[in-house]
Amino acid sequence: MSDDIASFRLCMTGVRKQFGATRALSDVDLRVGPGEVHALIGENGAGKSTLMKVLSGAVAPDSGSMHIDGVPFAPRRPEDARACGVAMIYQELTLAPHLTVEENVTLGLEETFCGFLRRRTMRRRVVAALEQLGHSDIRPGVRVRDLSIGAQQLVEVARALVSQARIVVMDEPTSSLTREDTVTLFELIRRLRDRGVSIIYISHFLEEVREIADRFTVLRDGVVTGTGSVADTPTERIIELMVGRRLSEMFPRVPREPGEPVLELHGLCGPGMPRNVNLSLRRGEILGLFGLIGAGRSELVRTVFGLRPTMAGTITIAPPGRPAIIDSGATPVRRLAQGVGMLSESRKDEGLALPMSVADNITLSRLGTVSRAGVLNLRRQREAARQWIDRLEIRTQGPAQAVWNLSGGNQQKVAIARLLHQSADILLLDEPTRGIDVGAKIQIYRLMGELAAAGKAILFVSSYLPELMGVCDRIGVMSRGRLADLRDVSRWTEREIMTTAVGGDA
Amino acid sequence: MTTMLPVHETASLGDRSRIRRLLNMVGPLLALIGIVLGFGLVYQLQAGLDAHAYAVEKAQRQEKLGLPVEPVHDKWHYICNQKNRFLTVDTFRATANQTVTVGIAAMGMTMIIIGGGIDLSVGSVIALASVATAWCLKSGWTPLSAAGAGVLVGSVCGLLNALMITRLKVVPFIATLGMWGIARGLAKGIASEQKIDAPAGWLGDSVLVRHPDPAWLLVSPGVWTMLLLAVAVWALLRYTALGRYIFAIGSNEATARLCGIRVERVKLYLYSIAGLTTGLAGVMQFCRLTVGDPTTAMGTELDVIAAVVIGGGSLAGGEGSVFGSLVGALIMAFLRTGCTQVGVPTWIQEMIIGAVIVLAVALDHVRRRSTAG
Repeated sequence: MSDDIASFRLCMTGVRKQFGATRALSDVDLRVGPGEVHALIGENGAGKSTLMKVLSGAVAPDSGSMHIDGVPFAPRRPEDARACGVAMIYQELTLAPHLTVEENVTLGLEETFCGFLRRRTMRRRVVAALEQLGHSDIRPGVRVRDLSIGAQQLVEVARALVSQARIVVMDEPTSSLTREDTVTLFELIRRLRDRGVSIIYISHFLEEVREIADRFTVLRDGVVTGTGSVADTPTERIIELMVGRRLSEMFPRVPREPGEPVLELHGLCGPGMPRNVNLSLRRGEILGLFGLIGAGRSELVRTVFGLRPTMAGTITIAPPGRPAIIDSGATPVRRLAQGVGMLSESRKDEGLALPMSVADNITLSRLGTVSRAGVLNLRRQREAARQWIDRLEIRTQGPAQAVWNLSGGNQQKVAIARLLHQSADILLLDEPTRGIDVGAKIQIYRLMGELAAAGKAILFVSSYLPELMGVCDRIGVMSRGRLADLRDVSRWTEREIMTTAVGGDA
Repeated sequence: MTTMLPVHETASLGDRSRIRRLLNMVGPLLALIGIVLGFGLVYQLQAGLDAHAYAVEKAQRQEKLGLPVEPVHDKWHYICNQKNRFLTVDTFRATANQTVTVGIAAMGMTMIIIGGGIDLSVGSVIALASVATAWCLKSGWTPLSAAGAGVLVGSVCGLLNALMITRLKVVPFIATLGMWGIARGLAKGIASEQKIDAPAGWLGDSVLVRHPDPAWLLVSPGVWTMLLLAVAVWALLRYTALGRYIFAIGSNEATARLCGIRVERVKLYLYSIAGLTTGLAGVMQFCRLTVGDPTTAMGTELDVIAAVVIGGGSLAGGEGSVFGSLVGALIMAFLRTGCTQVGVPTWIQEMIIGAVIVLAVALDHVRRRSTAG
């Protein structure tokens, strides 16, 4: 057994952690070899982050043991883990934007002499690290906020390198990267691996896992459901391990018949993006919009909703039962009145007023229904909210609860309830399933299906291909601001969609 | 697959960011020079036109009395031959002396603003420190130890600010707003709501005099103190780990914490050092007034914040420069003396200063957007 432990870079055995009544981790084992890229896979809430917090010393496990290179490892604080060579690279970039590359790389690792910085020594180490990563073109004196996101990620990796990391944990590192930057990052990961550094790569993009990882471990509800070599395991099997059910149960289908067009875009151009987009959305239809980050999907949706100016082209809106109007440069206020509703991709920053109550959030865009002469009728507001809480099965203590106490999935349902409360017929949903657990995702898929069957038109923006394939009637693919192609879902394959999205010929 | 990082982009960005930093430094300085020269010009025009009007009037009177009439030249003659009494060494010395209080307090405020905080207690702490200095002098302390006491009082206030922020988890705005009231009240209490007359000794005779002794000092010891302090703070921010931590916390506190920086401890140092500079500013205020006045420096905190912001500081944190803040303080002082010398009424002065603050920040914003691309 001890031989076994010593042969691995990291050995986590029987790790358990309980938060109150919920068991976040139960007897989790994780073994990572030296110079191995190990993918840690699982839905949100499966326990990946908790496990990594245990590794990084931010959370103390209830029981279980850890060894690094055969030496027992029990960090009490993040500093301890860093000292033992565990470096974390988080989903959100954790750089100080005003500081230079050099200052960021050495942050917290400064060498000082009587309190004064030894700038020359530090610069040498930073330059050496950048060279090892094959990017001596990045100048240590440049401020980090002037760099592209890809280059910023590189700075984070350089930081790990300078801190002499033996294990680098990357938590969804590509979630904010373009394809090119992802390629750069993978190149870096391979370089780190070749230097004998072990990498724990957290992701739920299985395509990426297949591209970069050697082995994988799947977590579900705090339990390891499978581990093995990526090359020997088919993707379908990994998904089943993740989800714990068959794929057909994920995407319940409600029969529906698309009707007449309600939203038509002709040659729509915004500032920079979108570029010359033609599109027609019919009632009773779910139209998916796929694209890489930066392809202009959100920009398109925001232009339609009037949050960005229209530079050229027309937007025609024909809500059911009303005559069509060409109204290209409208404001969100007019769009709301025309029956268009938008769900923002950033639920926390823009989509919801987190400190306000569920009732306030649901009724915010149409307070007129629950007020008279500008005076709110709180009872009516509560009742209206309660009605949506029941309809959408929002799990909350009541309409008065503040939204930030809800889980991500329930927050998203509140945001959707607002669109329904304002009785929108055209729903622009920008990443409605981002950051919510799988159960809530299935509920939202079902809800979208029901809404479409009831005659609403839904534009569904997502960067998660399987859900688009499962839910939509038609899928459009955007690339560099243009709508590159639009087909019925039956006439697409995942590979074709990806090649179209990266700008190749499908 | 090859690496595809946009190499050229980063390289040219390096140059651009260097140019930008240079602009950051030079911008406020140019504004200062412009303001000084502008007032000089206005003063010259005004004096010339006054002289011309006087000559015309004199000629008329001489004509009426049948006396030989002195020829009247055209207006340009008077404007060009008038001696300018604004652009003089004395004006600079006097204005520099007036800058000292705000300038010294701005050094501490620069650090706090870079660290993402704010200090609203500055005016009150200046009053408290000056009253404390006066009280000590009155009790028979030597001038040096009395000044030390004033500085100490300031840093204790800063430390208390830091404790409220780090231990009680009160945001800096509120914590220092509390200290704003506490320090002002305490100052009034110590002084029994009166001015404390105290034998100022050399604190009153030599620190903020117009003509320093010895003369080779050129400017008063108070101004030298300000300049030396500025160099010290600049070095602290640039060359010490503490300085870098202050920038990191202001730029992204979560990151700083993640990188193992003891954020609370850094804030403790930060606010204490800033309090120390505020205490020193209080001592300087005493030197200028030579009495301990508990109602002095009302609203000075806003002047100090304005100086930092004019000098390129960002209230969002992570940005600011010692040099810029100093120039910002000088800009404010020169606006005041300039307006007074030219004869602009106080109420217009205040409006001008208000407009300049907004304009400075707006220009900064425009410049940043044009160079960010």
